[in-house]
Amino acid sequence: MGQAITVTVNGEKRSAEVEPRLLLVHFLREKLRLTGTHIGCDTTHCGACTVLVDGTPVKSCTMLAVQADGQQVTTVEGLVAGGVLHPIQAAFKEEHGLQCGFCTPGMMLTSIALLKENQDPSDDEIRWALSGNICRCTGYMNIVKAVKSAAVQMKAAAEVPAATAAARS
Amino acid sequence: MAVETPLKGNIGDSIKRKEDDRFIRGKGNYLDDVVLPGMLHMAINRSPFAHAKIKSINTDAAQAVPGVVAVVTGELLAQHKLAWMPTLSGDTQAVLATDKVRFQGQEVACVIATDPYVARDAAGLIEVDYEVLKAVVTPQQALKSGAPLIRDEKEGQTNNHIYHWEAGDKAKTDEAFAKADKVVKLDTFYPRCHPSPLETCGIVADVNPATGHATLWMTSQAPHAHRTLFAIVAGLPEQNIRIISPDIGGGFGNKVPIYPGYVVATAASLLIGKPVKWVEDRSENLISTGFARDYYMSGELALRNDGRMLGLRVKMLSDNGAFYADAQPTKFRAGLFHIVTGSYDLPAAHVVTDGAYTNKAPGGVAYRCSFRVTEASYLIERLVESAALEMNMDPTEIRLKNFIQPEQFPYMSATGFEYDSGNYPRAMQLALDKLGYKELRKEQAEKRKKGELMGIGVASFTEVVGAGPGKHYDIAGLRMFDSAELRVHPTGKAILKLGVKSQGQGHETTFAQIVTEELGIPAADIEVQEGDTDNTPYGLGTYASRSTPVGGAATAMVSRKLRDKAKKIAAHLLEASEADIEFDHGKFFVRGSPSKSKTIQDVAFAAYTNLPDGLEAGLEGVTYYDPPNMTFPFGTYLVVVDIDRGTGQVKVRRMVAVDDCGVRINPMVVEGQIHGGLTEGFGIAFMELITFDEEGNCLGSNFTDYLLPTSWETPKFEMGETVTPSPHHPIGAKGVGESATVGSPAAFVNAVIDAVGHLGIRNIDMPVTSDKVWAALNEKGAAE
Repeated sequence: MGQAITVTVNGEKRSAEVEPRLLLVHFLREKLRLTGTHIGCDTTHCGACTVLVDGTPVKSCTMLAVQADGQQVTTVEGLVAGGVLHPIQAAFKEEHGLQCGFCTPGMMLTSIALLKENQDPSDDEIRWALSGNICRCTGYMNIVKAVKSAAVQMKAAAEVPAATAAARS
Repeated sequence: MAVETPLKGNIGDSIKRKEDDRFIRGKGNYLDDVVLPGMLHMAINRSPFAHAKIKSINTDAAQAVPGVVAVVTGELLAQHKLAWMPTLSGDTQAVLATDKVRFQGQEVACVIATDPYVARDAAGLIEVDYEVLKAVVTPQQALKSGAPLIRDEKEGQTNNHIYHWEAGDKAKTDEAFAKADKVVKLDTFYPRCHPSPLETCGIVADVNPATGHATLWMTSQAPHAHRTLFAIVAGLPEQNIRIISPDIGGGFGNKVPIYPGYVVATAASLLIGKPVKWVEDRSENLISTGFARDYYMSGELALRNDGRMLGLRVKMLSDNGAFYADAQPTKFRAGLFHIVTGSYDLPAAHVVTDGAYTNKAPGGVAYRCSFRVTEASYLIERLVESAALEMNMDPTEIRLKNFIQPEQFPYMSATGFEYDSGNYPRAMQLALDKLGYKELRKEQAEKRKKGELMGIGVASFTEVVGAGPGKHYDIAGLRMFDSAELRVHPTGKAILKLGVKSQGQGHETTFAQIVTEELGIPAADIEVQEGDTDNTPYGLGTYASRSTPVGGAATAMVSRKLRDKAKKIAAHLLEASEADIEFDHGKFFVRGSPSKSKTIQDVAFAAYTNLPDGLEAGLEGVTYYDPPNMTFPFGTYLVVVDIDRGTGQVKVRRMVAVDDCGVRINPMVVEGQIHGGLTEGFGIAFMELITFDEEGNCLGSNFTDYLLPTSWETPKFEMGETVTPSPHHPIGAKGVGESATVGSPAAFVNAVIDAVGHLGIRNIDMPVTSDKVWAALNEKGAAE
């Protein structure tokens, strides 16, 4: 018994008939073939399946696809804009914030949500924000560094157009 | 403005990782990402009991579910002689249970369906009629006379005892103890924990009934060895089996064994003629796949009054679960546990080990560890802490007094290891300086006067990693060498194919760097390929910190082989005698006139276009490297903790880690590995536990119960390094991926004991949780 849903995924409207019990993570991975969102634990602990739903990090293994009907979902595949890496992606590579790469998409999306609310987070604020995302490889030190570095980059990028606008006026 | 020259990727360059480009884009290709046309999905029905007779299995309801293609039982597998399979330790393991179940979570029947949700639904509808038997949940229970016999199907097995194994010299050790002024004893339990890579295990099996070819995508740390074992188990011709280990989301030893799910999915694909995918969920991973540790250890140290160690006696009893499925070399029944003399010049040692079957999951894998080195390192480092307390010595003083000295290398240990190189006092001194040890001891004394609990933990570990040599070390008979094949193309770009397989260690970058160092081809121009048995030379795989010691050595050696040939071509191009050609960082030149040179790229082109007479075309080669010895990484870890007497909560204030893994190929990657290992060590010391109730129910079957460290609990680490190259490794490197998990648990626990030792507390078994600390304090009247 399918239920029709329309979800805007990475800016694109995607409509499908889905079983009401289908998890959002399976909708993304199996129906849309967006396999960058991973499954690590099935019980909302590890955060490998984190996506942004209307800008808020959500563990997509614990949300039904039908609950996402009419909402905006961002996955890791939606982070590159115009062929350019999102600053968080560049920072994860630069600071060696990943090893096996399995937790990385969830880590990056949670970090993006943090940086939207807090442009200059402290180590502790970053660690607290990421505490729902488990990494088995890195020991988190370089992930914290990456988030800090991305914060600096994003702040600088936000300030450049503002400064340019000020100079023009 | 100075222009920075981009790093070429020589050894010692912290270049950024090549593999990251796909991972940060979500474009990795992990097992569950593999989808084939017409692919079916498998789900497993598992035993709810730890020990029970199977009276009957009714699959009618499951078969009737629309979308179900087949239900596979042990009985069906038995018709194809596949109900049992050999383990890596020479035992047998049930693929699907036929006679009885022997642990909770054991595989009983499988459903193959068109949809994964349907497969799960139907697996739940399989009716199994069990007669519950008494469960045996500890090895001590298992070895009592009259204990229920777990392996009653095994011919000649009359009790639950698996192995007895000894190392060292009993008579010499008894003599040392007879001469001792003091004997210090410690009984400790290294509890069962689980590697828990974030990606669980799985397979996509695609057996083509027309050709008989089997392509198996598998979460495998050892694809070549697995291919051979599949050929033996399934009776398929080995040339028809292709194992592809795609990107792996962490392994830590969990992806070394062959699991029943792999075998059933392959058999089902063969019988049905369609691809079959099986991916376990987290609970299945925790309750049925390779656990780690579960060692009961008892150590005795014989000492002189001045603190000099004279001898070591160790008894160990392992809980191996229902099937002896440890992944370890055949000769060594308790892995490399006999490295238990650690960093100390112990003239005599005797190690006695026994193993027992219990009604628990099999496995005994080395969780980020080289074949039980972790348990050994933990025991000796904890025992030395006890000795320091008993002898009223500083824990660093007793270590310094007993360290194997730098001039003693190569050092033959009392249990038969030849340590390759080391400088233990130097590593310890660096760690002490970084920490500011003396000042912290003063602070501790002040705090103690006020009744506050602060501790400084010390651990100076020595590992043994990088198996072979093949004559001593094997997996299921396969000698532990490893391989590298290097193909330099006409344009000077190269492909390096390896027998090892990364699970996040960064091989695509670091192994390219070895070629860069040896041949001068920039790392960016070298593609590293692993994991596909059709496309890479045979190797034993990645575990036990063996990739750099063995696969890395093979890479250096094959590069040198090609360099020798390149020299001949360069001589031809430079119109000089080969004997006069010198090589430096990618350039060949005539001795004495470095301006007249040819680059490796020039030579590579000539290898296909302009060869001297009599020389074969091409610049390609393969090397199979059998190491002459293991490598022995070491280090000193220091931990500072503060303990709340009211709650027993332990707060790690600081951790200093000084590692010596010989020459570092990519320091950034090495540090990353150590960060991760320290974190897993922290988790093991304070959080991670798989335990069972008296009926054998697993009490650590999901991440609610099995606690892994998050960013919030995990301490920050302060790093240090010394470099003592391995004398026998071509580039002087040792393994490093596991040092931190091996060395750190003892440092964490020693810090806790250091804080409470003056109260008479000598041991708290891991995980050192607040309730255990508080109970220990309370027993001594020291809790608040």
